[in-house]
Amino acid sequence: MIVAGVDVGSTTSKAVVLDDRRQIAGTSLLPTGANVVRAAERAFREALAASKRDESEAAYVIGTGYGRYKVAFGDDQVTEIGCHARGAQFLFPDTRTIVDIGGQDTKAIRISDRGEVLDFSMNDKCAAGTGRFLDACANVIGMTLDEIGPASMNAQKPIRITNVCTVFVESEIIAHLARGEKVEDILRGVHLAIGSRTAGLVRRVGTNPAVTFTGGVSRNVGMVQALEERLGVSVHVSPLSQWMGALGAALIALERVEGGAVHRIAAGGAA
Amino acid sequence: MITAGVDIGAGTTKAVLMDDAGRILVKVSERSGARLDAAGSRALAAVLEKAGLRREDIAYVAATGYGRYQLPERDIQITEVTCHARGASYLFPGTRCLLDIGAQSTRAIRVDDAGRVMRFRMNDRCAAGAGRFLERVARALEVPLDDLGPMSLHSADPQAISSICAVLAESEVISLVTSGKATEDILMGAHLSIADRALALLRQVGVDGEVTVTGGVVLNRGMLTALERRLGRTVNASPDTVYAGAIGAALLGFVRLRKLGEAR
Repeated sequence: MIVAGVDVGSTTSKAVVLDDRRQIAGTSLLPTGANVVRAAERAFREALAASKRDESEAAYVIGTGYGRYKVAFGDDQVTEIGCHARGAQFLFPDTRTIVDIGGQDTKAIRISDRGEVLDFSMNDKCAAGTGRFLDACANVIGMTLDEIGPASMNAQKPIRITNVCTVFVESEIIAHLARGEKVEDILRGVHLAIGSRTAGLVRRVGTNPAVTFTGGVSRNVGMVQALEERLGVSVHVSPLSQWMGALGAALIALERVEGGAVHRIAAGGAA
Repeated sequence: MITAGVDIGAGTTKAVLMDDAGRILVKVSERSGARLDAAGSRALAAVLEKAGLRREDIAYVAATGYGRYQLPERDIQITEVTCHARGASYLFPGTRCLLDIGAQSTRAIRVDDAGRVMRFRMNDRCAAGAGRFLERVARALEVPLDDLGPMSLHSADPQAISSICAVLAESEVISLVTSGKATEDILMGAHLSIADRALALLRQVGVDGEVTVTGGVVLNRGMLTALERRLGRTVNASPDTVYAGAIGAALLGFVRLRKLGEAR
């Protein structure tokens, strides 16, 4: 028996297949693109293929993330807040605060010692401080998203970035470049700016250690460092951080199966 | 006697020369680029060349706009709010309210019958409701900037854009395209969205008398239509209202010169 969690984000779709011993059997990650339904389907299929298990073994599938209602083949949907909380608590049981920075939104979540969501705050109204902000900065500088984090760590004199708006920050960076400022100093400034903004969001729910950093942006080492600096505490980061929502969804699916009240609706419509 | 007004904006830089009879002699508008100091000097040199004049022939140079402190040739810098108010009243004497929608900021200004500022509100923190928002939408739709307005006028079923953020709106536009919505309907939706944001600012200063629109968006007929539709009345605009800031600066240059003369 297996279960799956499918996290359809604004930018990437992720899936995790879990076996009945809570072991990760397979994962997938792909760009969401314009066709959200197909992205959800593909994420599930690719994770299944990676797990070398058959779809007929799947007892329960939960969709989460921005596109969770497009997981047409899923049995249920759970908010990404609940799933990130569950996933973070599974990987790091001492987690009390979760910082999730995704492609288009940022969330701070406070959880209990049992992984229940106690409070959360989020920014999904504007791209400031999200993956899109970093993406725009990388583009202007002519680097890839994977390069900017490590590059920022070579900064000697961080440049203060004053704009919050993603559109305006592009002009600000161009002006700094024109003035001859070093790319790594500008990048460090960009990461610190997002760190400050995120810390402000976290303060609304309280910075209770341990803090676990999830979402695609947590792969960026420069962002991890900047966040730790601005929060004043160290943060947990896992190679699975990007799959935290999908993992949490799969764990919740497994608990439901263990609870017994489960009926898998087959993808083709035939039960 | 001649004065120059140089309006160094985030998107374009405008320069005008005016004589003491209040006539506009020449005007120039060009992209600002990354170096605002160079943009102002370039625009000033361009108007001088067009008029066949030299810097010594200009009695006073007044700079305004986002980059007003970066023009080495300036005699004074004046805020864009003051300059736009004066320039709009010069172009449309009945102006009591004005909306200045530039590349990176939007301002709503209430003026008295002499073009003096009574109240103003602005958004320069984010691109929502400013020209850059339209630029992003144009980019997402792969439509040249100059075609945005004319295309939007063909809209039969404007599509509401719910994202306030210009960056998130870009993704929303892409999903509207994917779901088969017509380009002109998405464009009109984007124009209406900016109009809503701008008019919310205008209502904060109070809508009264004639409304004049200044800034780069006046060249966009779709934007003016969207503003008029949401406002429920016509607005003043002309190709010259792009130069309102520079015109206001040049006019205020004369005021300043007169004061200097009286002091002597």
